[in-house]
Amino acid sequence: MITAFLLRSLDRKIVIAIALLLLVAALVPVLNLMTGPTNPLHVPTYIMSLFGKYLTYALLALALDLVWGFCGILSLGHGAFFALGGYAMGMYLMRQIGTRGSYGDPILPDFMVFLNWKDLPWFWYGFNHFWFAALMVLVVPGLLAFVFGWFAFRSRVNGVYLSIITQAMTYALLLAFFRNDMGFGGNNGLTDFKDIIGFNVQADGTRAALFAATAVLLALSLLLASAIVRSKFGKVLVGVRDAESRTRFLGYRVEHLKLFTFVVSAMMAGIAGALYVPQVGIINPGEFAPANSIEVVIWTAVGGRATLIGPIIGAILVNGGKTIFTGLFPEFWLFALGGLFVAVTLFLPKGVVGTIAQYLGRRKAVSKAAPPVAQEDVIEPKIQAAE
Amino acid sequence: MYRAIKIFLITLCLTFSGLTFIGLAVPGLPTSSEVRAEDDIHVLIDALGVGDFPEREAAIKTLVASKDPHVGQILEQLSEGLLYVNSDGGPVLLQGGTDDEPTYSDPITGEAAADVDPDMMIKVKINNALRGVIGAATSQLTLMSPDRSARLAAAQGLLKDADPANLDLLNAALAAEKDAEIKNTMEAARAVLLLKTDASVEDKKAAIDTIAARGNRDALTILTTTLETAPDDLKPAIQANISTINRSLALWDVAQNVWYGLSLGSVLLLAAIGLAITFGVMGVINMAHGEMVMIGAYTTYVVQEYITSAFPGVADYSLAFAVPAAFVFTGFVGLVIERAVIRYLYGRPLETLLATWGVSLILQQAVRSIFGPTNREVRNPTWMSGVFDLGGLSITWNRLWIIVFSMVVFVTLLLLLKRSAFGLQMRAVTQNRRMASSMGIRTGWVDAFTFALGSGIAGIAGVALSQIDNVSPNLGQSYIIDSFMVVVFGGVGNLWGTLVGALSLGVVNKFLEPFAGAVLGKILVLVLIILFIQKRPRGLFALKGRAVEA
Repeated sequence: MITAFLLRSLDRKIVIAIALLLLVAALVPVLNLMTGPTNPLHVPTYIMSLFGKYLTYALLALALDLVWGFCGILSLGHGAFFALGGYAMGMYLMRQIGTRGSYGDPILPDFMVFLNWKDLPWFWYGFNHFWFAALMVLVVPGLLAFVFGWFAFRSRVNGVYLSIITQAMTYALLLAFFRNDMGFGGNNGLTDFKDIIGFNVQADGTRAALFAATAVLLALSLLLASAIVRSKFGKVLVGVRDAESRTRFLGYRVEHLKLFTFVVSAMMAGIAGALYVPQVGIINPGEFAPANSIEVVIWTAVGGRATLIGPIIGAILVNGGKTIFTGLFPEFWLFALGGLFVAVTLFLPKGVVGTIAQYLGRRKAVSKAAPPVAQEDVIEPKIQAAE
Repeated sequence: MYRAIKIFLITLCLTFSGLTFIGLAVPGLPTSSEVRAEDDIHVLIDALGVGDFPEREAAIKTLVASKDPHVGQILEQLSEGLLYVNSDGGPVLLQGGTDDEPTYSDPITGEAAADVDPDMMIKVKINNALRGVIGAATSQLTLMSPDRSARLAAAQGLLKDADPANLDLLNAALAAEKDAEIKNTMEAARAVLLLKTDASVEDKKAAIDTIAARGNRDALTILTTTLETAPDDLKPAIQANISTINRSLALWDVAQNVWYGLSLGSVLLLAAIGLAITFGVMGVINMAHGEMVMIGAYTTYVVQEYITSAFPGVADYSLAFAVPAAFVFTGFVGLVIERAVIRYLYGRPLETLLATWGVSLILQQAVRSIFGPTNREVRNPTWMSGVFDLGGLSITWNRLWIIVFSMVVFVTLLLLLKRSAFGLQMRAVTQNRRMASSMGIRTGWVDAFTFALGSGIAGIAGVALSQIDNVSPNLGQSYIIDSFMVVVFGGVGNLWGTLVGALSLGVVNKFLEPFAGAVLGKILVLVLIILFIQKRPRGLFALKGRAVEA
C-alpha cells in the first residue's frame, strides 16, 4: 500500500530529480575517493563537503516549500527546526568525543567541565547512542512543531501573524541557546567533533559517506513530499492554501491538515540540520537567528514556490552564488541578496522553475493553437490573497 | 574643521584657567586689614616651628581658632611633612623641588624665600597625637567650611564613617548650620555617633528614629549593624524601624521597576509606532522598519557633526535640528521604497514581507559601506545627561526626555490621524479603499504618504534611540522583532493598542527581569505573547466589524 502511495506520486520531473540525486549520491563519492588528485574528473573533498552543505540547505528549503508552497503557512522559523535537529546530532557527536576532549572527562563534554558541572543534565541522557540521537532528530523538532502548531492553528492564527510568531519562536530559542545554563554550550555551541558511528568525522571516506547519505535522504524526502502533495490529502492541502474558509465549510478539519504538514516539514528540517552538523563541524545558536530562516524563504522563492524541485535548485543556486560572491566582493553580497529578494518577489513570483514551466506550457499551448491550459502535473501556486 | 574647533576650545580652557590661577596668586592690591591678617597668620604659622610637640599642639589649636581661610592648606602641608624651618629659628617655609635640590617658599603666597641654606633646614615633625589633632581640625574645618558642597560632603562622610570622637565637633557644626539638607544629614550623622557612645536609652531611641526617618538603604545598613551590638531594651525599636524601612524600600523598588518599565516601554513605543501605521493602518509588513530607525539615528549623527563644525554655539541643541531632518529624510526614503517596490505588492502581505526584508539588507549594507561597520558616537547633550532623585527613585534625564518625547510623538500622531484632512483620507482608504476612491480620494497618493509618514516616525524614533543605544548598522535589527510584538500584542490598526501594548510589555519585562534575568525575562515575554495571540489572535484592541473579515 505504501509502495503504491509512493509510486503514484511519481511524475516525470520528480523521477528525473530523484534519479539525478541518486546518481550524484553514487558518483561524487566515487570520483572523490577512487580518482587521484591529478585526474581531471577528480572531485576535491572541500567541494564535496561544500555541496553536501548545499544539499542539506536544499532539504531545508524543500521542507519549507511543503508548508509554504502547498499549505500557505509562511514559516519564518524553519531555521529553528533545522538547528534543533543539528543540536540533537551535535549532542551525539559530543558524547562520542569521550576522553579525547581537552579535559579528558569520559562523560561530561568539555564546556560542562569548564562550567564546573558535576553531573550530566538529564536531557543529555541517551545521546551516546546513535539510534537515540537519530530518533531525537525527528522527535524534538516534530514535538515543537506539534505543540506550536496545535496552539496556533487551533486559534486560527494565520497569514502574517503566523509568520511573525514563528519568527518570535526562533528568536526566543536563539536567546535561550545563548545562555550557558541551558546546557548546550552557550555562545560557542557544540564543536570539536571526533567520531560518528565509529568513523573519524574528518576522514575523506566519512565525508563521502555523509555526502551520499545527504543526497539519498534528500531524494527520499522529495519522494515523500511529492507523495503527500499528489495524494488526495495534498489536493485538500492546496484547497486550504487557496481558500481556507471554503475548505473548512466543506467539512475538512483545516487545523489538523495544517498541523500534520507542519510537523512533517519540521521533521524534514530536523533531518537537514542533523546532516549539516557533521559536515560543517559546528553547531551554535547563530543557526537560530531569524535572518537565517528568512533566507530559507528566499531560496524557496528563487527556485519556485510549490514546485518541490524549485527549492532544491534555489538553495543550491543562491548558496553557490553566496560562496562565489563573498569570495570575490564580500562588500556586495548583502546588496546582491537584498536585490534578489526584491527582484524575485517583483519580477519572478513563480521562481525559476515555475517561470520555465509556465514558458514551456505557453509555447506548447501556442503550438497547438489552443488557449493556455495549466499543465496537469504542475500545481500552479495561486498567490495568497489578502486576508 | 572639527579639529580646529577642538584646538580652539582647549586653548580657551587653558587661558581661562590660567587667568583664574593668576587671579588667585596675585590677589590685587591688598587692603590694610588683609595685610594685617596675613601678618597674623604668618606669626601663627611660624609658631609651629618653635618648641616640641606639646607647644606645637597648642600652636595648631591657635591656628585653627584663627579661622583664617588658609588654615586648611597649612594643615595639609603640615601633615604631609612639607613644612620646614631653619634649626636656628625663623620663618616656617614650604619645601618644593627635588630632594637633592630643594627650594623653599612661603607656604601661603608661594613667594620664593631668599637666603635659605638647605643644610640648616629641618622638617616640622609631627607624631600620632598631633595627627589626631590635625585630623579633627580638618574635619571641623570642612564641616564649618563656607563652601556648601564641601560641608555636605563632610557631613555625608561622617555619616558613612562614624567616629564618636567627632561628636562635639558635629554638635558645634550643627549649631552653626543654616542649610536644611546639610542640617538633616548632620543630624543623621549625629544620631549614628550617639548610638556608638554610651548615651542614655532615651537619647538613643530618638537617634534611632532620626536615622529611620531617612528611610533609605544606608539607614537600613546602619540599623542592621547597630542591632547586633545594641542593648536589649533598644532592640524592639530597631527591629520595628528596620521592618518599616524594608516595607517602604519594597514599595520604592516597585516604583523603580515601573519607572524602568515605562522607560523601556516608551522606547518600544517609539520603535513600534511607525510600524503601527504601516502595518496597522496599511497592512504592509515593513521588515525594513528597523532600518528606518537606524537611518534616523545616522541622520542624527550627520546633523550633529555638521552643527558642531558649522555652528558650534548651538551644538548642544543639535538634537532639535536632528528631529525634523530625520523625519524628512527617512520619510523620503520611505516614499521611494513605496513607489519603487511596495506599491506593486499591495494585497500580497507575504511577498511584501520578503521584498522589504531585501530592502532592509540593502539599506544596512549601504550604511555599512558609507559609515563603516563600527559604532558612531552620538553625544548626549548636557541638558539630557545626569541623574536626579525623586523620593527613593533615581531618574536619569535622558530616559525622562525620551518618555516625554514619545508621548509628544504619540499625541501628535493621534491628532494627525483624527483631526486632519490627511488623517481622514487615510482612515477612509484603510476602511474601504474602493469607496474612498469613488469619493475622489487618490488612494495611491494616500498610500505613498502614509508609508512615508510611518517611515518618518521611525526616523524620529532613531533620533531618540541614538541617545541610549549604539549607532551601528545593526541598530534596527535589534528592534524589529520587539516592534512587531508590540503591534501584534496591542492590536493592529489601533494606535491606543500600540501605546498600551508598548508600555505594558515594557513594565512586564522589567518586572520579570529580577526573577528570571534579562535574557530569560525576554524569552518569557516572547512566549507569553505567542500564547496571548492564541487567545486573542487580533491583539488587545482588535478592530471590530466587517473590516476584520474583509
